[in-house]
Amino acid sequence: MSKLYSGAEIVFKCMEDQNVDHIFGYPGGAVLPIYDELQNFKSIKHVLVRHEQGAGHAAEGYARSSGKPGVILVTSGPGATNVVTALTDAYMDSIPLVCISGQVPTHLIGTDAFQECDTTGITRPCTKHNWLVKDINDLASTIHKAFEVATTGRPGPVLVDIPKDIQFQKTKYNRPKKEKKLNGKSHNHFNQNSIDELIELMSKSSKPIFYTGGGVINSGPKASELLRELVYATGFPITSTLQGLGSFPGDDNQFLGMLGMHGTYEANNAMHDCDLMINIGARFDDRITGKIDEFSPKSKKVHIDIDPSSINKNVKVDLAIVGDVKTVLSSTLKSLKQKKSKFLKSNKQKTSKWWEKIQKWRSVRSLDYIGSEETIKPQYAIERLYELTKDKDSYITTEVGQHQMWAAQHYKFNKPNRWMTSGGLGTMGYGLPAAVGVQVAHPKKLVIDIAGEASVLMTIQEMSTAVQYNLPIKIFILNNQYMGMVRQWQELLHDKNYSESYTAALPDFVKLAEAYNCVGIRAKTPEELDDKIIEMLNTDRPVIFDCMVDKVENCFPMIPSGKPHNQMILGPKDQENKKITGKGKSLV
Amino acid sequence: MPNSKSAYSFSNKKEKFDTHIIVVWVDNEAGVLARVVGLFSGRGYNIESLAVAQVDEKLKISRITIVTTGTPQVVNQIKLQLRKLVPVHKVADFKREDKAVIFKEMALFKIVGSNNKLEGALKACKKYNPILLDKTKKSNVIQITALRREIDKMSKDLKKFGLVSVSRTGAVAMTRGADIFK
Repeated sequence: MSKLYSGAEIVFKCMEDQNVDHIFGYPGGAVLPIYDELQNFKSIKHVLVRHEQGAGHAAEGYARSSGKPGVILVTSGPGATNVVTALTDAYMDSIPLVCISGQVPTHLIGTDAFQECDTTGITRPCTKHNWLVKDINDLASTIHKAFEVATTGRPGPVLVDIPKDIQFQKTKYNRPKKEKKLNGKSHNHFNQNSIDELIELMSKSSKPIFYTGGGVINSGPKASELLRELVYATGFPITSTLQGLGSFPGDDNQFLGMLGMHGTYEANNAMHDCDLMINIGARFDDRITGKIDEFSPKSKKVHIDIDPSSINKNVKVDLAIVGDVKTVLSSTLKSLKQKKSKFLKSNKQKTSKWWEKIQKWRSVRSLDYIGSEETIKPQYAIERLYELTKDKDSYITTEVGQHQMWAAQHYKFNKPNRWMTSGGLGTMGYGLPAAVGVQVAHPKKLVIDIAGEASVLMTIQEMSTAVQYNLPIKIFILNNQYMGMVRQWQELLHDKNYSESYTAALPDFVKLAEAYNCVGIRAKTPEELDDKIIEMLNTDRPVIFDCMVDKVENCFPMIPSGKPHNQMILGPKDQENKKITGKGKSLV
Repeated sequence: MPNSKSAYSFSNKKEKFDTHIIVVWVDNEAGVLARVVGLFSGRGYNIESLAVAQVDEKLKISRITIVTTGTPQVVNQIKLQLRKLVPVHKVADFKREDKAVIFKEMALFKIVGSNNKLEGALKACKKYNPILLDKTKKSNVIQITALRREIDKMSKDLKKFGLVSVSRTGAVAMTRGADIFK
């Protein structure tokens, strides 16, 4: 007779078989049997966070930077509700997470027992799928299924809720079946005709653009390689969404920078004026499209996406290719080489006028800002951080707000999986715990959270986690004492009514660092900035870097309220001429 | 459109709403109806009526029939979003006007009144396959099967015969001829 295992043991047996090496969690009454077994499974390391939301974001950082699913272990009731923000965040940004939550014993479910909540009910809209395991014999197959659902198709979070009595009960353990049937939920449903059609469109176009997103990153490093090959083979310009940064080298001449609300002038204008838009793994999000009725009016649109429900959701497209980016790109490249081996040459002349136009837009230099000798401009701080770290293969996380947009604009990424930011949900407090997760996955690498002082306070408790596990993360705070993006919108859209966007009584971040037993560094002037950054980089411990920046700097360029791509407002120089009427201005 | 202070854009396009019947085959497991219904409410889709029951005892498959309204784009989204749910096996969709599909709703009417009125009520229902399920001296319970708008009409018309209570189901659907939903 085969050995019987308890439910708690089975949880770890499953994780072993799924090659899990780290879990992020927080113990509590309803998961104690699982925590009992932790010591018996040496290959699985547990990272104790300080709040379950932190566990969720750490698992996200881990997943994004490693390509493996992030695993979370939390208790019932508040443990589960605290992780909801992170699950929703992962759902919006398509990050594979497996969350194991404890639940009150089955006979108490529905009685309002201590620390009971309807976890599967609460998390149903923010997971790809969730399960309440009421029979020990279903446990192993459910957990394996959970890993499968999280990591296949469009990735996302899943949750398995395990009542305490199930954790104690015993049964046989079955290893996962090897077959990959996927319940029809995986989608590589394109055929050669669509690829041929795509190549036909590409060869006809004189104003093409690639618009790439997080789907390229999610498809794995090979997808980024293929993307580069395709972009070089076609000579087309390329722009990227916030989530797609790093899939194509940020300093390459064919790269127009990020597009969207705070994207570059050249990227947005090229999107507006192009005659062929090839969307690879992006989803026509409202921060990208601006006013949807006037979005890229003259273009044929191609959409490559693994999720059929992304097609025609926000923007109607002319050619949809449903499939994994890597597979689609490799088919496209193969056909391109076979049919149009001299594509680049023949295309060069066709798109030369287009490139001239792009150069003209580029010459506007939309990311420029007015420098200062006295105060540190936030853009300058990011530029210096980039210059001083660009040779280090660093991993960058961010919080949400102005600092996030400046980081996206001024920090250039050359590799996928190096940029972890909360895009869809826009979760302040994401970056610090995400940095913890990234550092766990990459112990030897430089991990920096580019933060705002308001965001970072939302999950600052995770510094304690970083210290406990000797994770030398660098928290680089652009401290302007305002919720900067809120302040900016109030200035531009709400008649300068700065309602509640100033934080009085901020902590002294240097002392706070000391209280957490890590290192605090403060920079107040542009002159001392480089030295201080170098000091931070030379510190092999967690650092909180308090970078005191200009308090009222705004993030430009910007597509204002409900305007199309070609009506951006540029920086302060541009505004002197026309004030901000919200109407924007077409400059070409 | 009011001059928006929001950074979200508004669309001025007005599109026509169609009524569609969506049929979904799902695993009959705990919470599956909540998943389907939650998808509709969470994404702002309409549900005009809903009918659900297990149709295959062995495979534990339930069939859900949903009547919904939306623009073609929204109806397309409904189908695609439903197909992403893990317990969903198959989704079929057709327009209400579709001649190749039968759909029916059932209603129970309770009439309280004189013999005259009871007979009048039964007579009024004649077109809709009335079945007398219960009869006392003072009351009738009549079952009819008909289309939604016909039942709407009957619920009004029967008032004068002493209608005191109405109970009705959502629509169920089936293809005509030898074909089945794909």
